[in-house]
Amino acid sequence: MNYFFELLVGGLTRGSIYALIALGYTMVYGIIELINFAHGEIYMIGAFTALIIASVLAMAGMSGLSVLILASVVAVIYSAAYGFTVEKIAYKPLRQAPRLSPLISAIGMSIFLQNYVLLAQTSDFLPFPNLLPELPFMAPYVGFIGSTEFIIIATTAVIMAILTLLIKFTKMGKAMRATAQDRDMAMLVGVNVNRVISNTFIIGSALAAVGGVLIASHIGRINFYIGFIAGIKAFTAAVLGGIGSIPGAVLGALVLGCTESFATGYVSSDYEDVFAFVLLILILIIKPSGLLGHKAAQKV
Amino acid sequence: MQNIKYMEGMKQSVAVSLWFMFLTFPIMVIRVNTIENIIEWRWMNMIYVGAGSFILSFLWRYLSGKGITKRKYNNNARAGHRSYLQRLVSEKKLSLPALAIVFGIALIFPFVSSTYQTNIMTTALMYVVLGLGLNIVVGQAGLLNLGYVAFYAAGAYTYALLHYHFGVGFWLALPLGALAATILGVLLALPVLRLQGDYLAIVTLGFGEITRLVLENWNEFSFGPSGISGIPRPGLFGMEMGMHDATVYLYFLMIMLCSVTIFVVNRLQDSRIGRALLALREDEIACQAMGIDKTMVKLTAFALGSTWAGLVGVIFAAKTTFVNPASFTFLESAMILSIVVLGGTGSIIGIIIGALLLILLPEYLRAFSDYRMLLFGLIMVIMMTFRPQGIVTGVRKTYEFHSEEK
Repeated sequence: MNYFFELLVGGLTRGSIYALIALGYTMVYGIIELINFAHGEIYMIGAFTALIIASVLAMAGMSGLSVLILASVVAVIYSAAYGFTVEKIAYKPLRQAPRLSPLISAIGMSIFLQNYVLLAQTSDFLPFPNLLPELPFMAPYVGFIGSTEFIIIATTAVIMAILTLLIKFTKMGKAMRATAQDRDMAMLVGVNVNRVISNTFIIGSALAAVGGVLIASHIGRINFYIGFIAGIKAFTAAVLGGIGSIPGAVLGALVLGCTESFATGYVSSDYEDVFAFVLLILILIIKPSGLLGHKAAQKV
Repeated sequence: MQNIKYMEGMKQSVAVSLWFMFLTFPIMVIRVNTIENIIEWRWMNMIYVGAGSFILSFLWRYLSGKGITKRKYNNNARAGHRSYLQRLVSEKKLSLPALAIVFGIALIFPFVSSTYQTNIMTTALMYVVLGLGLNIVVGQAGLLNLGYVAFYAAGAYTYALLHYHFGVGFWLALPLGALAATILGVLLALPVLRLQGDYLAIVTLGFGEITRLVLENWNEFSFGPSGISGIPRPGLFGMEMGMHDATVYLYFLMIMLCSVTIFVVNRLQDSRIGRALLALREDEIACQAMGIDKTMVKLTAFALGSTWAGLVGVIFAAKTTFVNPASFTFLESAMILSIVVLGGTGSIIGIIIGALLLILLPEYLRAFSDYRMLLFGLIMVIMMTFRPQGIVTGVRKTYEFHSEEK
């Protein structure tokens, strides 16, 4: 039974991180119907920025919580800036283009960003310091759930809550929902659609950066290629939950995380990624719009 | 007035270059050596980025200002409004001599260039066939397939495994590899027929990854990451060939396969199946209303597309004499898809040019070997921004109405 809980906590931790990245995919897809292939790279850049800033601060003699906060804030700002810039360069000129063009542009951007980090930094794995503090009040439960896991799950939950409030109750959230429903109509009633799309990219990228810092602390090493597989997994999670749906992305990510965790724990660890994709294919065959997605009626 | 405009542009470019200097600061300027605890500050990089983005922003504005991006995304180029390349293909008077010249060059190429050059050219030709094959699925039927590399792998592994276990030769493996890929294509198509658009894309992507992961992990079947080596090159009536002759022979084999592919694909476009595919892409519901069996057409598209990948897969295995899962990553699928889209979806000549460019360019860019993938990504983005319809726009067969007074 203990083993079961261990796997469950592992799955939820994994799922939380996937959720943070998947939200970026699902929000962007909800608004401009684009698979943002470069999103995984934004997450990778967030992790790299955090690593660089944390190392500089550590060598300057700072320690503890202040390093974590400063590094995370800088990583979030930079990831958001990258997300914003990528949208302006690679996607904005292609709003009216055929469906495939922005996808190719996104793949190109992803290759570009990977190689940019590879050339400017290194191709080796870099050790990532564990920035997350040990929580004293978690001590009695340590056999059950570690401090790091608890922080990851809790942070994700808090961020989800904030995001939900943001989208439900603020003016910007309303504009985002309107744009997602019908872009032309939103434009007609005076929504600044370009601003909304930029905001979506900024929020999505910032969330990915948080995910980047958390997972890098958890796993302990990063390289320029981590964005690719994480991106695909997160996109899988978004599709699983019904792409375009924010609660769906979270649910999909948690389901995916737990599936992977249990499958590797009970079946075989060699096929970790295969389970994720098999689950995706099964869900899409049984319920093509995803777990929480709406079945769009086709108008003729 | 001119002056004010100039100043505006200047201001904009300064803003852009400052933004990029900010953006690239942590990654470009700081490098941390975590083992020796040294921080390396590379301020020169910041200056390069600033200057580079300043110049590029001028270039960008100039290109956008010329209205290239404003061009309408109209696929149906009107007759009489065709580019040189399209006219070259469509008019017999021009196309026959052009074809003869290209064919002539292709024939003498291996005798005037080195083994290395011939080898690269063979690779490029392989991608021409792959591109044309994927074009049946993506360009004609409009089914976005991101796992095309799985069928390529099926062909390669069919030859490798058949040779390893039963000593099957190249010429027998060629049709068997194609068959294996076709069956795999139909097997994939069956469950995903209900899916549309991006859902289809992600499932095919997942399928491609599953194939690679299985090949990597199932040691008893595919010998894992170390792959299978010692695959023989194709023979010619039992003649023994040296390295150079074998390369040239493979090159001619590819030329032949290419010609066959181009011929078949060209005929397919205007055939009953080709038109059904096109109708399916444009409007599924209308297409069904016209009495086209959607399921059959989709299956046909997948089967036809993957057959070519299987054929090229066998040739790939014979060319490198070694297969392992690392050759069949998602990047490969992305590459083939880029060939189709960059070259011009639906245009045969466009795809040929696209394949030659995308494969030969990185090879000849080896001088900047570190930067070639960086440039490759950048070119993809820029190309899509300024010419999203691809190098050559596909021309649809159009029926024109001529009034009688004329």
